[in-house]
Amino acid sequence: MRDYLEFEQPIREIEERIEKLTGSGATRGSVQDEIRKLKTRLAHTEIELYSRLTPWQRTQLARHALRPSVLDYVGAMCRDFVELHGDRAFGDDRAIVGGLARFNGRSVMVIGHQKGKTLKERMQRNFGMPNPEGYRKALRLMKLAEKFKRPLLTFIDTPGAYPGIGAEERGQAEAIARNLLVMARLKVPIVSVVIGEGGSGGALALAVADRVLMLEHAVYSVISPEGCAAILWNNPAKAPEAAAALKMTAHDLLNLRVIDEVIPEPVGGAHRDPHGMAERAAKVLSAHLSQLEELPVAELLARRYEKYRRMGAVAEPPPPAS
Amino acid sequence: MAWFKKHRMPIPETPKRPKVVEGLWLKCNHCREIVYRKEVERNNKVCPKCEYHFPISVAERITMLVDLGTFKEWDAGIEPKDPLVFTDTSSYRDRLKAQQEKTGRKDAIVIGEGAVNGRRIALGVLDFSFMGGSMGSVVGEKICLAVDRALVSRNPLVLVTASGGARMQEGILSLMQMAKTSAAVARLGEAGVPFVSILGDPTFGGVTASVAMLADVIIAEPKALIGFAGPRVIEQTIKQQLPDEFQRAEFLLEHGIVDLIVERKHLKETLTTVLSHFQ
Ligand SMILES: [Zn+2]
Repeated sequence: MRDYLEFEQPIREIEERIEKLTGSGATRGSVQDEIRKLKTRLAHTEIELYSRLTPWQRTQLARHALRPSVLDYVGAMCRDFVELHGDRAFGDDRAIVGGLARFNGRSVMVIGHQKGKTLKERMQRNFGMPNPEGYRKALRLMKLAEKFKRPLLTFIDTPGAYPGIGAEERGQAEAIARNLLVMARLKVPIVSVVIGEGGSGGALALAVADRVLMLEHAVYSVISPEGCAAILWNNPAKAPEAAAALKMTAHDLLNLRVIDEVIPEPVGGAHRDPHGMAERAAKVLSAHLSQLEELPVAELLARRYEKYRRMGAVAEPPPPAS
Repeated sequence: MAWFKKHRMPIPETPKRPKVVEGLWLKCNHCREIVYRKEVERNNKVCPKCEYHFPISVAERITMLVDLGTFKEWDAGIEPKDPLVFTDTSSYRDRLKAQQEKTGRKDAIVIGEGAVNGRRIALGVLDFSFMGGSMGSVVGEKICLAVDRALVSRNPLVLVTASGGARMQEGILSLMQMAKTSAAVARLGEAGVPFVSILGDPTFGGVTASVAMLADVIIAEPKALIGFAGPRVIEQTIKQQLPDEFQRAEFLLEHGIVDLIVERKHLKETLTTVLSHFQ
């Protein structure tokens, strides 16, 4: 099953022709030849197309309906996953999932945004847009991880924190801020992976980490391209321009030193080979985690602090003439 | 994050405002009544009809809070860069230049030290008239520098906010200022140095969802609009009209999100009392 994006039409055309020829059952040499040729062309077209994606096309891939989610990664990478629910105060926000799992032999705490795949699930999970109780559930699980000295792995995939009346009434801003503060000082290693869409503060609230990784086609930004276009261009249709201006792709963030590594995706995106993707991600995650586990807690926290303290671009005034 | 910026900017420079504001009269951002400008100015820039607290300049704020002649600014020379080489309908560089000329400031914050009825404090004041008080790298760095000084002196940190949120033109680096400033506030807390935030109208997005909400005591000005998402974005998302006093300081107090609402004329006195309990 494939769900083609608009810019994937050239691929769709070739694949449909191959399918038609294959389905015809013709065994003539000329047909077989034609299929072989088409397959070669398909491979070339794919490599060509996906190696020069625009930031806007990447954003669409990052939001792809079939893109693997945190639960897919946990299912493929971990054993003995036990999902833990609720913030113990208001409710269980299904836009964020979390729980204990075994990753390469050790117990870890896993937390991530979950958008859902079917429309029904998407609605139950509010399209991956958390309310304050979601962030407070995450906070509770982070503290649980700290209490039992388990590393924290987070998977980022959200359009953003939910903008709603209830969210404001229950302190959306405070819930996000609290997570930033606690994650900055949590006494266990934290590795975050942006697997899809990193939407602003709602993403960052799970992504203050010793190492931040991004999948090749993931995006991470202070505001959605649509929102940015509406405000700065006064025209939401300028989203492709905004996506480029915001420098929100994995390689942009690596250049800006906001993330530590880009994890390559299969040709066409993570959803084309979820198992291969999970295997590759597991390897990279594991390497980073092992390095962090070597560090004494004080050193871990000092490095985490320094890393964030250095983020940003400012110009110092010239020293006063003496 | 800075969704709020476009829609409700209660700064006097906004050109779409009715003509009456230009001269002797002023239209209140809250009750919409036309009020006598001089009366508002005599009254700490508070609406005589509804007690709405108009935004005030950084200089007025410092004069109002800090003992005469005690304020000394820190790091006034730190300047923004253009890390993304950002251009929308005009370039970020041009926007910065225009804002710097307009305000005489390098960016949207002033930090420094001063005394509040004799008690030394580290002070930060966001400048809403500079790109809507948005937090980019300079604002984040200067908040951290104020925290660093407070850690050394052990003087309390006081931060006065008025901001539309993160500065879009610095992209992901603006978002990272939320993490950076929150990490600094965490260390301040570990050291037991008090932190008080004073939220003015408006305070939104990345500033609310980081430092502003992390203070030991959070004070809001009457009728100030404070929140995470801007009202227009919420309306568009839920497709309902918002309740009248939604996201006003009084709404936040009722929902347990701020500690207290203090009128401007009592602000210095209340701040003095609060800080005296952390001596
Ligand atoms: Zn009024």
